[in-house]
Amino acid sequence: MSGKNKHHIDYGTYILVWLALLAFTTITVTVAGISLGRYTLFTALLIAAVKSALVINIFMHIRFDEPIFKAFLGISGMTLLIIFLLTFLDFIYR
Amino acid sequence: MADTVAGLPVQHAEKSFYQQSTNKYSGILSWLLTTDHKRIGIMYLAAIGFFFFVGAVIGLLMRLELIAPGRQIMDAQTYNSFFTLHGVIMIFLFIIPGLPAIFGNFFLPIQIGARDVAFPRLNLLSWYIYMIGAALVLVSLFLPGGPIDTGWTFYIPYSVRSTTNVSMAIFAAFVLGFSSILTGINFVTTTHRLRAPGMSFFKMPLFVWATYATAWIQIIATPVIGITILLVIIERLFGVGIFDPALGGDPILFQHMFWIYSHPAVYIMILPAMGVVSEIIPTFARRTIFGYKAIAMSSLAIAFVGYLVWAHHMFTSGMSDTARWIFSLLTFIVALPSGVKIFNWVATMYKGSIDPQPPFLWVMNFIFLFSIGGLTGLVLGSLATNIHLHDTYFVVAHFHYVMFGGTGTIFFAAMHYWFPKMFGKMYNIKLARIAVLLFFVGFNLLYFPKFIMGYMGMPRRYYDYLPQFEALQEISTVGSWIVVGTLFFILGYLIHALLKGKKATSNPWGGVTLEWHIASPPSMENFAEIPTVTREPYDFSQLKEMKNE
Amino acid sequence: MNSYTDAAVHHVHRDDAGAKMGMWLFLFTEVLLFGGMFLVYAVYRYQHPDQFRLAAMELNTGIGTLNTIILLTSSLTMALSIASLQKGNRFLSMTMLSVTLLFALMFMVNKYFEWSAKFSHGIYPGSPELVNKPNGEILFFGLYYVMTGLHALHVLVGMIILTFMFVFIKRNKVTSENYVKLDNSGLYWHLVDLIWIFLFPLFYLIQ
Repeated sequence: MSGKNKHHIDYGTYILVWLALLAFTTITVTVAGISLGRYTLFTALLIAAVKSALVINIFMHIRFDEPIFKAFLGISGMTLLIIFLLTFLDFIYR
Repeated sequence: MADTVAGLPVQHAEKSFYQQSTNKYSGILSWLLTTDHKRIGIMYLAAIGFFFFVGAVIGLLMRLELIAPGRQIMDAQTYNSFFTLHGVIMIFLFIIPGLPAIFGNFFLPIQIGARDVAFPRLNLLSWYIYMIGAALVLVSLFLPGGPIDTGWTFYIPYSVRSTTNVSMAIFAAFVLGFSSILTGINFVTTTHRLRAPGMSFFKMPLFVWATYATAWIQIIATPVIGITILLVIIERLFGVGIFDPALGGDPILFQHMFWIYSHPAVYIMILPAMGVVSEIIPTFARRTIFGYKAIAMSSLAIAFVGYLVWAHHMFTSGMSDTARWIFSLLTFIVALPSGVKIFNWVATMYKGSIDPQPPFLWVMNFIFLFSIGGLTGLVLGSLATNIHLHDTYFVVAHFHYVMFGGTGTIFFAAMHYWFPKMFGKMYNIKLARIAVLLFFVGFNLLYFPKFIMGYMGMPRRYYDYLPQFEALQEISTVGSWIVVGTLFFILGYLIHALLKGKKATSNPWGGVTLEWHIASPPSMENFAEIPTVTREPYDFSQLKEMKNE
Repeated sequence: MNSYTDAAVHHVHRDDAGAKMGMWLFLFTEVLLFGGMFLVYAVYRYQHPDQFRLAAMELNTGIGTLNTIILLTSSLTMALSIASLQKGNRFLSMTMLSVTLLFALMFMVNKYFEWSAKFSHGIYPGSPELVNKPNGEILFFGLYYVMTGLHALHVLVGMIILTFMFVFIKRNKVTSENYVKLDNSGLYWHLVDLIWIFLFPLFYLIQ
């Protein structure tokens, strides 16, 4: 049942992804030392987003799983986004 | 489908699920350790039904206190605890789990042609978690400190400062949320993974669609109340400041967090009810449902739009004007998918051959009461009128029309519709018809005066009132006697039916969804052989063949 | 449990994709749980940007970075553990799982030293030192303790789950043919990592 239509990821890929994650960590720590003003938060979150994309796609192998999982991920991500946007409608315009 | 289901009547000779066990035990342990979705559904029915009556009796006592101005039977602090408990019990222990956990558990797998839910043991665990949550609520009443008095909304800062047992009571709500989440996960996975061959998404009965949409809300919304409750408990224990205005915490942020869950929770309550309506109307109109896809999609639409409107509970809280008008606008959008459903139901009945059996009468009751509830919701959703009516009896009347008149009524409809299938016994139809009428009269006597009192300015949650409200308060109290009397009347004839009722046939109403193809009560496996589905869900041309089976 | 009635047989049916779907759905509830916390964080940071910056100076970026590297590496060893079991290498799988557990333990030890350092400086919820600070800083540390605390709790739960998995592999209950339990535990572990990926810049890297 399992393993038939399953895409096995080899060790090398995992290690590459790990190296990439470490590299991004170095970048984000370095960049945090430079004053980018209002873009500091933006860059930090962007790098975090890239890192989480790597983890979700490869480590959590959602890329190779059933497509419906990606739809589910989209639903929960979108919900979170909506909650943030609507809540900030209050706090930004107060 | 007729071919493959034709073999099923053989099951009449088989044992029902009451006579079989999923484990090595018999007697009480065969229930307490069961993994069968039908038995778990019945266990939920027993527990939830019990708490419903507890909640109703608390409501009755509150109404009795309000029969005249001044102190009648309890002091003000007891009254505060009573309205809190009435809210907590009715919302977290009855109406949120009610339809999905009882009827969803029992009928969702059967209606999609499955033998059980995807995670049977998790299902049993959900029941135990529910019972633990319920026990925590009860224990919190008797510990020193006294019963919680914050109202079911637990607003800060009072919930942080109240000396009553707030932490334990809201922790109970946290635990109950866990149960709700696990049920949701189970139902979504079941719907995706266990549909019978041929049962495509657009061949699923509408109750399944509604329960599926509900399950998504349970999964996505409940964690937010979970963290909110945890933060309140942490605030009470450690004083971290997140929800303490003295340390910089923002009370309006709490209200956002609370309603981000609790508004979608309103749809957890009402969506399965709408699903039941979509089952009952075609069966008793002998017509296929009008606008099947529109109803199915409107369930998802309601689940989605339900996320966008939470702050309409907070129009007078002091949030920004921009947020207020945007949330007011979004609120009106919810009326659209709800309207789609109401019009499609009415269109289904048009030119149908209507058979006014008790379940159908309950649905008529629902459409009337829910329409009043829904339309007064629009009054509350517009900013200008909301300022006047906020925190008055008008709000109390509105949500009782929606929750009790809507979901509560459908709870009885579902009970009357599926009772013969669940227990294999038929109740007294004539008594059941009288019950609908009594309920209708009592309900309107109980809650309609509250619209008027709210409009006149009577605030909610008050222990005492001005003499000018006395007449209306009395009418309302008399209504509460009729409603609670009717509840016991219904309980009486259903128990009588259970013990001495006539045996029910496998299809007493002439329904065509899968549960009517199998024995009443079903066997442990539901289906001797998993059916292959070829027909539309409400294709009544198969009724004749079913009778010949 | 399946020999008592025929009906019970279907209760032990196996559906790996279904089990994984259930796990993903559960992970979404975790995402939304922490999402609520991040919302609180976002609102308070929006209200007190300068005080958040000041308060964040007190945190030790070094320990934060070290813990990030530890968790990322533990995620790698977790993934390798699953991959090696898929290939039938039980020993490697169990080794990798043990290494993952070791990293988790290191994370917790670091966390312990980090928290106790804060405590010794008098910064803990309700401390006189903290209560005298401006509201924004109180909120920052309140959120710091609650969010990293909740995260640490998840690390602990993850350690318990991984220990069970180790035993399951040892007793051949989780095998190269039937590893969905290990796979799901891996998903949980990666989620814990994922949350940390966001916690790290939001608390340790505000300058």
